[in-house]
Amino acid sequence: MIKLDGVEKAFGRNRVLRGINLEVPRGKSVVVIGGSGTGKSVLLKCILGLVQPDSGRIMVDGKDAGRGDRDAFLAQFGMLFQGGALFDSLHVWENVAFRLLRGSLKRPREEARAIAIEKLRRVGLKADVADMYPGELSGGMQKRVGLARAIAAEPQIIFFDEPTTGLDPIMAGVINDLIREIVVEMGATAMTITHDMSSVRAIADNVAMLHGGVIQWYGPVADLDNSGDPFVDQFVHGRAEGPIEAVR
Amino acid sequence: MSVLSPVAAIGRSTMGALAAIGRIAIFAGRTASHVFRPPFYPREFATALAGIGYFSLPVVGMTALFTGGALALQIFAGGARFNAEAVVPQIVAIGMVRELGPVLVGLMIAARVTSSIAAEIATMKVTEQIDALVTLSTHPIKYLVVPRVLAALITVPILVGIGDVIGVFGGYLVGTLRLGFNPAAYIQNTVDFLEFWDIASSLIKGAAFGGIAALMGCFYGMASERGAQGVGRATKASVVAAAVLILAANFLLTQAFFSV
Repeated sequence: MIKLDGVEKAFGRNRVLRGINLEVPRGKSVVVIGGSGTGKSVLLKCILGLVQPDSGRIMVDGKDAGRGDRDAFLAQFGMLFQGGALFDSLHVWENVAFRLLRGSLKRPREEARAIAIEKLRRVGLKADVADMYPGELSGGMQKRVGLARAIAAEPQIIFFDEPTTGLDPIMAGVINDLIREIVVEMGATAMTITHDMSSVRAIADNVAMLHGGVIQWYGPVADLDNSGDPFVDQFVHGRAEGPIEAVR
Repeated sequence: MSVLSPVAAIGRSTMGALAAIGRIAIFAGRTASHVFRPPFYPREFATALAGIGYFSLPVVGMTALFTGGALALQIFAGGARFNAEAVVPQIVAIGMVRELGPVLVGLMIAARVTSSIAAEIATMKVTEQIDALVTLSTHPIKYLVVPRVLAALITVPILVGIGDVIGVFGGYLVGTLRLGFNPAAYIQNTVDFLEFWDIASSLIKGAAFGGIAALMGCFYGMASERGAQGVGRATKASVVAAAVLILAANFLLTQAFFSV
């Protein structure tokens, strides 16, 4: 379980997170929604330690995220980045098997390659993609490779940062379905940030809405359309009128 | 505008420069602290060796060749004013080996390698590849910086040595084909005149300049701001910083090695 307690983060005068309290139960898929620039990515990066929070506490499975063995902590996570964040200079299979080629999870190259090809198959890519470079792939294929990399070491927790941004609706649907299938299949805890409502409905068990630096609303995805929260209603229905200023 | 505004501006610039020096020193210290600690990345090191060393050979060779030739012409023309044309082999040798070889190779490396490292790492930063490295339990300094800095420390002295030889050869070509020097006498004069310390100081300078060039590329790449403009700024700043630091280090090393 991931538990955030009063997490705050400011960049200069811009107080992005103003006291985040959130629990992500083990094995559940929680989607954080919110407008652009509301700090969704910062929230994920705080949990991973890529950004240091100014105050508050982040616990992962009862352990303080900021203490202890950093490698062991990070080994629990897989992450799909918004733009894929694939390493341009490495082949696709080397990207997928990155963790398996070095560090504590290191395996022989042939074994790592076989696992990478298997993971590529799992996300719907053929084996011949393995020896290509990321720059040779379409946006949708890059997302799939990023997904394969995120699951390659079979992590207990997977983060998805805007998984469908920049994809056409059909490819977005494919990626959403893949994420849902993989999360269920692996029994992993998942945290996704998005402002794509089709992703929310496809991926989420629970939904948290981030607005004004705090969790404005949290509940099961089934309650999303009847949340009774004017912020959530405006966001879900994409209305310009409402408590959320359209120009931020 | 207050009378003190220019003074305040000078103060701000000075404080900014000192803060930058401090950040670079901390970065260099962190890099050094990772050199001997596992895990090591031999593949990245081998790639950096080829990228910094082998692929810089053409530009280093051409620069040294033309500089050596021009130096021979200048010394011959200048020396003619006081009947000292005969010293061309000796002055070309000492000029190339002690000074022009290491400095020009250092500046060429700053142009070719520092810019490339800074642009690559800055692009990795803005496309979240550095964050991805961290989430994959890989320390960016260990994986990206240490192999490049080590490769530069090893290969740039070799490039300087090669540049010295090619530069002297450029002088030899001009001296023998254009200025009428006897080939055997030219070589003999060059060999007799150079001392061990001339060559050793050249190679030491090469190592220092290589370290500076790679470190500046890595530092400014890692410190890059978001967007294409951030990458552009990081690349420009890295080359300027590397070039200035190489010239400053050259003065300090020359002072240390050859001051009388």
